[in-house]
Amino acid sequence: MIPMLEDSFEIGGKKLSSRLFIGTGKYASDSMIPDVCNSTGACVITVALRRVDFNAITDNVMQHIPSHMQLMPNTSGARTADEAIRIARLARATGCGNWIKIEVITDNKYLLPDGYQTAKATEILTKEGFAVFPYINPDLYVARDLVNAGAVAIMPLGAPIGTNRGIRTEEMINILIDDIDLPIIVDAGIGKPSHACQAMEAGADACLVNTAIATSENPVLMGKAFADAIRAGRNAFLAKAGGTRQFASASSPLTGFIRNHEGLS
Amino acid sequence: MIITINGEKMAFDQEMSIMTFLNSKKIKPDSVVVELNQCIISADKYKTTWLNPNDRLEILRFVGGG
Repeated sequence: MIPMLEDSFEIGGKKLSSRLFIGTGKYASDSMIPDVCNSTGACVITVALRRVDFNAITDNVMQHIPSHMQLMPNTSGARTADEAIRIARLARATGCGNWIKIEVITDNKYLLPDGYQTAKATEILTKEGFAVFPYINPDLYVARDLVNAGAVAIMPLGAPIGTNRGIRTEEMINILIDDIDLPIIVDAGIGKPSHACQAMEAGADACLVNTAIATSENPVLMGKAFADAIRAGRNAFLAKAGGTRQFASASSPLTGFIRNHEGLS
Repeated sequence: MIITINGEKMAFDQEMSIMTFLNSKKIKPDSVVVELNQCIISADKYKTTWLNPNDRLEILRFVGGG
């Protein structure tokens, strides 16, 4: 029997059975979402809040989200702390709970988050009883501000949103993993299961994946692949990898060789 | 009267409540969250909250996002 370490994951007052968080954006059809929830085993799912378009009949994404899922609304579209706070309050008024992923973005090319505005929003919303999950550049000082502001986790980006470019900020994320005493959930840029595995091996607590699953040719199968990768990476982290070295180190004994010509080395 | 709804100016002949407006657009009240002049209106107040000239009404719902 494989000796398994105790590995419960509790965050925002909830005990979670999966370290893969998923999104609901960019699916060819929202009707795939229940099957993706099932194949990933995810417990947490993100949504965005937008104005109703009175001229278009649109599907209601909520009807596709299984009732057991923990909703994590985001504040996408917010350009300032005040706008993020407004969106967070509206989201909570829907009755979906008190989780909120803070996104404050003014840069439209790279969609990079504004750390200062994010920290301001986090401080206020925490005081209002929200469980705040801020999306940030992996910056140590911003992360420390967020700890002081009461965030329940830190969500550093691996690469700009939707780029599928992988963990380009690896060194900076590793610093957060080492120094910040809050769960680190790597968000944005994860394009393949191997990227998620890499983040988990490094000691991240969870990953949020949207684009890579939703825009794959088979989101249900890709969702399973991500779940497997997250589990593999987490187990590898817990198992603690052996050290690296420059020169070869034989895995088999260096004695007792059979020789055709005794005496030759 | 003119009311700005979701950023768009709309003209109405008659007085109406938030619920009346939602019904006119065939919007299920439990599928949206409503803000009137930057104050959140709880669903149980939709029938009794009447709209006034120059009000700013926001009607929002969850959509797919990451």
